[in-house]
Amino acid sequence: MTDLVELTVAEALDGLAKKEFSAVELTEAHIKEMDRARELNAYVTETPELALERAKASDERRAKGTAGKMDGIPVGMKDLYCTKGVRTTACSHILDNFVPPYESTVSQKLEDAGTVMLGKTNMDEFAMGTANLTSYFGPVRNPYKRKGDDSFLVPGGSSGGSAAAVASGLCMAATGSDTGGSIRTPASFCGIVGCKPTYGRCSRWGMIAFASSLDQAGTMTRTVRDTAIMLEAMAGFDPKDSTCANVPVPCYEKALTGDVKGLRIGIPREYNPDKGLHSDVRHVWEATAEKLKAAGAEIVEISLPSTMYALPTYYLIAPAEASSNLARYDGVRFGLRVDGNSLDEMYVNTRTEGFGKEVKRRIMIGTCILLEGYYETCYLKAQKVRRLLCREFEEAYKKVDVILAPAAPETAFGKDDDSTKDPLVMQLYDVFTVPSSLAGLPAVSVPAGTSDENGLPIGLQVIGRPFDEETILRTAGVIESMSGMSVRPLRVGGK
Amino acid sequence: MSIDKDAVKRLANLSRLRIPEENLDEMVGEITKIIGWVEQLQDVNTDGVAPMNSVVEDMKLPEREDVITDGNIRDQVLANAPEQMDGYFLVPKVVE
Amino acid sequence: MSYIIKGETGDWEIVVGLEVHCEVISKAKLFSGAATAFGAEANTQVSFIDAGFPGMLPVINHECVRQAIRTGFGLNATINKKSIFARKNYYYADLPNGYQISQSDMPIISDGYIDVDLEDGSTRRIGIERLHLEQDAGKLMHDQHPTKSFVDLNRAGVALMEIVSRPDIRSPEEAGAYLRKLRSIVRYIGSCDGNMDEGSMRCDANVSVRRPGEPFGTRAEIKNVNSIRFVMQAIEYEAMRQVELLESGGRVVQETRKFDSVKGETKSMRSKETAMDYRYFYDPDLIPLVLDDEEVERLKREMPELPDAKKKRFMEDFGLPAYDAGQLVAEKETAAYFEKAAAGHDAKKVANWIMGDLFATLNRLGKKITESPVSPENLGKMVDLINDGTISSRIAKDVFQFMVEEGKSPDLIIEEKGLKQVTDTSAIEKIIDEVMAANPDKVAEYRAGKDKLIGWFVGQTMRASQGKANPGMLNELLKKKLAG
Repeated sequence: MTDLVELTVAEALDGLAKKEFSAVELTEAHIKEMDRARELNAYVTETPELALERAKASDERRAKGTAGKMDGIPVGMKDLYCTKGVRTTACSHILDNFVPPYESTVSQKLEDAGTVMLGKTNMDEFAMGTANLTSYFGPVRNPYKRKGDDSFLVPGGSSGGSAAAVASGLCMAATGSDTGGSIRTPASFCGIVGCKPTYGRCSRWGMIAFASSLDQAGTMTRTVRDTAIMLEAMAGFDPKDSTCANVPVPCYEKALTGDVKGLRIGIPREYNPDKGLHSDVRHVWEATAEKLKAAGAEIVEISLPSTMYALPTYYLIAPAEASSNLARYDGVRFGLRVDGNSLDEMYVNTRTEGFGKEVKRRIMIGTCILLEGYYETCYLKAQKVRRLLCREFEEAYKKVDVILAPAAPETAFGKDDDSTKDPLVMQLYDVFTVPSSLAGLPAVSVPAGTSDENGLPIGLQVIGRPFDEETILRTAGVIESMSGMSVRPLRVGGK
Repeated sequence: MSIDKDAVKRLANLSRLRIPEENLDEMVGEITKIIGWVEQLQDVNTDGVAPMNSVVEDMKLPEREDVITDGNIRDQVLANAPEQMDGYFLVPKVVE
Repeated sequence: MSYIIKGETGDWEIVVGLEVHCEVISKAKLFSGAATAFGAEANTQVSFIDAGFPGMLPVINHECVRQAIRTGFGLNATINKKSIFARKNYYYADLPNGYQISQSDMPIISDGYIDVDLEDGSTRRIGIERLHLEQDAGKLMHDQHPTKSFVDLNRAGVALMEIVSRPDIRSPEEAGAYLRKLRSIVRYIGSCDGNMDEGSMRCDANVSVRRPGEPFGTRAEIKNVNSIRFVMQAIEYEAMRQVELLESGGRVVQETRKFDSVKGETKSMRSKETAMDYRYFYDPDLIPLVLDDEEVERLKREMPELPDAKKKRFMEDFGLPAYDAGQLVAEKETAAYFEKAAAGHDAKKVANWIMGDLFATLNRLGKKITESPVSPENLGKMVDLINDGTISSRIAKDVFQFMVEEGKSPDLIIEEKGLKQVTDTSAIEKIIDEVMAANPDKVAEYRAGKDKLIGWFVGQTMRASQGKANPGMLNELLKKKLAG
């Protein structure tokens, strides 16, 4: 039974249904695997007792015939989701020992579906980062290594802990959150499937906010089918979130027909710059398009002319919203307090010590952008460009059903690479994920191949129309089956 | 649109953050760089384009009915407070 | 009526705009389901949303929107089909999120006015720039601890309507009349209870002075004044201060000032130099509020009759003078009392009784008109009894006092106390005869030509009848008998 951690969610549900193993056994296997992979630093809070308790309850439900759709499946929970009675910090010092007295809608839905939470996964502080290097709890290590090179590679961010955990078998699936690429980049770097559904598809209630108009909950799994199963469990209208759409959630698994005949797939020429796209990524992209064409899809070259403006637009809007969203961390009601002689001094002491460098940097920038004098030229301008970007996507979707693009310009990079020192360079890693974030479109990153140069996984992104997760998952499913990529975890402690 | 040390100090004050004197130059540089970088947006013609605040702006704003469904959870509200007494949050004395 | 400050160097005019915060009457808060009632134990009416916990999101209370729309109609204003909530960012211990959800350039209501009545009988129209919805803050207490302030978030998140007037106010009197009228309107509508002393209605005043006809001067904002009288005093003081400052060669700085009601002065809180930049931006947790046309129409149809319309109707239907009508409509409850009391009775007389004896009595007892010991039905009945001659106006005063004390109907009191007016000729004649018999000298004097003695006889006979004799009959019979 040692290989239980290698199963996909779909396989595990099958095995549980057939009583081949119990939820407790499945959970125990994962807890053991978590022990063996401490070096990844994927979890910041582990909840083995709670997990075993829930697994036991799951087995009882299954015995009674009342099992939910994901009953007994061990999952990792990004530390961005408030979990009742379980420390939640967004990997920030400022939320030291914060124990939420409430459960986020998404984690509640997953619990209602019967999942077993193993713990809270590491992430960039307040989801601000692309490499999981800004966590107060230290960096996460990517289970993958370059060919013939033992150096520490980043898992991507901000959902780096979730990605590493899923990729290495420390859970069967995990939640992520995506503001500008925080699910898709790590999914690509860690060779897993990461889906950011349409903005409004999942409730943001109880999810610690980074940039409210962009934040969206999503899934991280090893297969597209698992994504379909998990997304269905997570998604849905929530009257507690005013931006959550009242749109029915379909059965995503049914959408996985394996058929792309007649599907019009757009290839945006702006996503293929001369500079800033690794040739191996380009190669996987082109090869995949060819294979899809061979499978009956129609490949259509499209243009999204404002793509180059997406990054600056994003880096105005996101920090502006963040600067306000993070004002509540003031040492009064929860989290860290560093005392001072006056209220303002206490605020300053607390926030200066509580926030990490990158977060402070973004708060400062966001504050600046909202100031009189910058608001019109920066913030409002960015919002106008955002609308233009949306319109371009709308136009494109008149001609195509989905868009195929790289998820990240490169494969996973080293923790100590020079690029990690310059925030502006780091921001460039979001170049392919940010446009669809700004447009609120559903996008899934799916492993499509590996780099010839370093052997690392490469993910491609399928971007769809609003609320059409079904078509992107169907497409991703076909890519997955054509890619020849393993859906088994890369177990760092060996088998 | 230039950012100098005083501007950074003002931003820090508005953000309730302390930027040590020796880091001011670095911060001036970073903010200047990012403001300069986003300058390129000025090239985009947005005449007649309304700012987009949310991609779900055309949805109907959900509303709640006027019913008391929450509150009476003082213990939970105070449970994480760094300092509390007699059912209140405590902060350093504010002189008005 | 123009209000001019006579300065050393000439005349000055004052310019005032008022920002009034009205706490909306609703059971739950603007964006959470926590209760709004006053007087609860600290932090018991607080949800995680109100306390700004991580991941908490606002969902608007529809009743607060309705209240704003109703009030908009009351202010003769435009109800904006689309409005947007924005965040006003600043740090304070009573503001848990570090921002207040408010409305900036897209308020729910804009461009209205109210007409205010002034003491000299004239009417002034004061423009309303806007009404927007926003969250109230919590409360800080400073006296419980030597080094700490206490934070209570029960009020945090309660809905406020901020009603901003145009700078149309030109005297302290107009400011007072504006506030009274505004209070009257929101009370009629039931959107705010308008109690300034409890803080459910709060006023900030923007005051500047200028030479008549010149452009506006620099204004100072006087924050949080908690009674109409204090607002008037604060404006008067502040205008005077500015005139003296300007005349002695100084300049007015744009700043926030505080009114000290004990000293009757305003003093500086913070100047514009250290003022905050609130960094307003549309709240990304909310999307635009788009009103439903049908509901807006329905709310319009369901609007109660407001003071102005009621006043007009009282004047037309009941023939009341403008002043009386104005008095009676100022409070919704008074108007309701009047209408009940006047229904089918002599309205003019009823109005006089309300504004005279009833108001005096209520004042003395410290009671509201809704707690009046004299029911409107009984007051109306009493007026009927005066008019049909059952009691005289004088006796009515006594009957009214008995009604106050005993709460009984006037006919019962008249019956029990035997206060019925005597209209029986023989009974009155009998009294007259007795008085004449007891005062033969006075009768002789009268008959000798001292006509003025008639008054003395009236007094004596009326007293002898314990005031119950019908005055008209008494007079007539007395004259006849005295004439011999």
